[in-house]
Amino acid sequence: MSNNKLQSFVEKNQKLGHLVVQPRMGFSSISKMAMGLKAVKLCNVPSICTITLDSYTRVNDYEGAKRAMQNNEDSLNGYPIVTYGSEKTSKMVIESITENYPIQVRHGTAFPFDIFKTLIESNIDSTEGGPVSYCLPYSRISLKKSIENWKNSILLLASATSNTTYFHVESFAGCMMGQLCPPSLLIALCVLECVFFKRLGIKSVSLSYTQGTNASQDLSALIVLRELATKYLKDINWHVVFYTYMGVFPETLCGALQLIKDSAQIASVGKCERIIVKTPVEALRIPTIEENIASLEMVYASSEEVNQQAKKLFPDIEEEKIIYEESKKLIDVTLNLNEQLDVGLYEAFKHGYLDIPYCLHVDNHNEVRGYIDNRGYLKWFNVGKMPINRSFSSNHQKQKDCLNSNKLLRMLKYVQHKYDNRCETQKKKWSI
Amino acid sequence: MKILISSIPSDSHTWNLVYMQMLVHELGHEVINLGQCMPIDELIKSAHYYRPDLILISTVNGHGHIEGMEIIKQVKCHDLLRNIKVVIGGKIGTKGEENIIYENKLKEAGYDEVFCGVNSVAEFLEFIGIVKRYLTGNLS
Repeated sequence: MSNNKLQSFVEKNQKLGHLVVQPRMGFSSISKMAMGLKAVKLCNVPSICTITLDSYTRVNDYEGAKRAMQNNEDSLNGYPIVTYGSEKTSKMVIESITENYPIQVRHGTAFPFDIFKTLIESNIDSTEGGPVSYCLPYSRISLKKSIENWKNSILLLASATSNTTYFHVESFAGCMMGQLCPPSLLIALCVLECVFFKRLGIKSVSLSYTQGTNASQDLSALIVLRELATKYLKDINWHVVFYTYMGVFPETLCGALQLIKDSAQIASVGKCERIIVKTPVEALRIPTIEENIASLEMVYASSEEVNQQAKKLFPDIEEEKIIYEESKKLIDVTLNLNEQLDVGLYEAFKHGYLDIPYCLHVDNHNEVRGYIDNRGYLKWFNVGKMPINRSFSSNHQKQKDCLNSNKLLRMLKYVQHKYDNRCETQKKKWSI
Repeated sequence: MKILISSIPSDSHTWNLVYMQMLVHELGHEVINLGQCMPIDELIKSAHYYRPDLILISTVNGHGHIEGMEIIKQVKCHDLLRNIKVVIGGKIGTKGEENIIYENKLKEAGYDEVFCGVNSVAEFLEFIGIVKRYLTGNLS
């Protein structure tokens, strides 16, 4: 019977009520990558292995990756899967964790064809990204070309579906730019990318959502995400994957740990099936294997805790309605632009009906802007040409229009400061 | 002053570019932001086209110390670009505070300054203040 390792693992744990945890992890030394995979498999919590690819591979510079490794095999910020090829990769996988254990290849590539070809040949059945989410924020490649390459790459995965294997693709659109993108756009882009995958023959997808500036807003967004997935992704398997905060991270250990724990609580209360975790060293450097395992175990433990904190986590019904209407409008306007979604997605960005705040790519209007309101919700204050409403009254207009580097930095550091300052307060309490 | 901001070919991060562009613009300088994943040959073409006073290579993916070397070597090959101040800043390696080990090699290759410590932005602003005074003849 046809199977997907990641899908099966998630389903099995979902039935048991367990949140599946997953790291980001990629090393250019094969022995170190193997050690990392093994450590994730053997840790005490339900975990999925990750192979994160390096930046050279992400821009298809496979020779560059090779050159950079000449003096030091360990010098890259990820695993160069195309440079190493499928023989070395599948050998590494079999020897470290066996070929039956779920692994996902994570990257950030506008032209993923070579990567997908290599992972298929390496017997890896899961990956992630999307024609928009891995083009506009991360690449200079034109959106049209990225959509075309993603279409061919997804068709490659779909055609490699066999009696024994089918492929899982996660949309990365729950995290556009890492931060400062209001929920309705994240949800719309995620659903649209999963519809894109579905229409090309993918039978197992996941929708991502990143921890934002406020837990209630996040919980409201997760409800909307699930409702819209139910509506637009009929007849295929889907689940929701939560990302621990992807923006500027707390600098204190205490702040970082609390933020990570809170992400576990939101994922759990929000009924997410899987979570991609961060480590406390995120603000500084790439984590070690040990740091990653510690984070996985802590996140899992935190998700299992039934405590006072979790009982205070509720969605906001009014906010849920607003997010639902905005997201659905953005999705429907795009789907109605053209029967072919590859054309529709391109046209939507061309007209500014979809527009990502602060995204520098030439195919993005970059007119829209969000702001953090007095509740800590991330809302729209400039919607550009998007077919939704601004969410503030006109007397805020002037203030917001004067967005400067100080204001931007404050917004970028909002979550960092919130969590680091809480630690300061706690320190003072303890000393009394 | 005219300042050209660019990333390195493999770096897709942009908040550093967005922020630095805003900050430098607010100080009254003309800024051109070339954006993420900038191929070196296109950077060289842009440098010839815009003739900036200063090029800032801003990068946070940890590969700056590798690709930064290739960038400065190519810039220094071009006579017309020789007088442009070139600096690099951000997270130029994957080793956190230990990234300082790459500073000397980058300066020897031709960077006027390397900004990779905790006060890198403030130090960069001080540096462009000095360059501006130098260019306007207020500093010998």
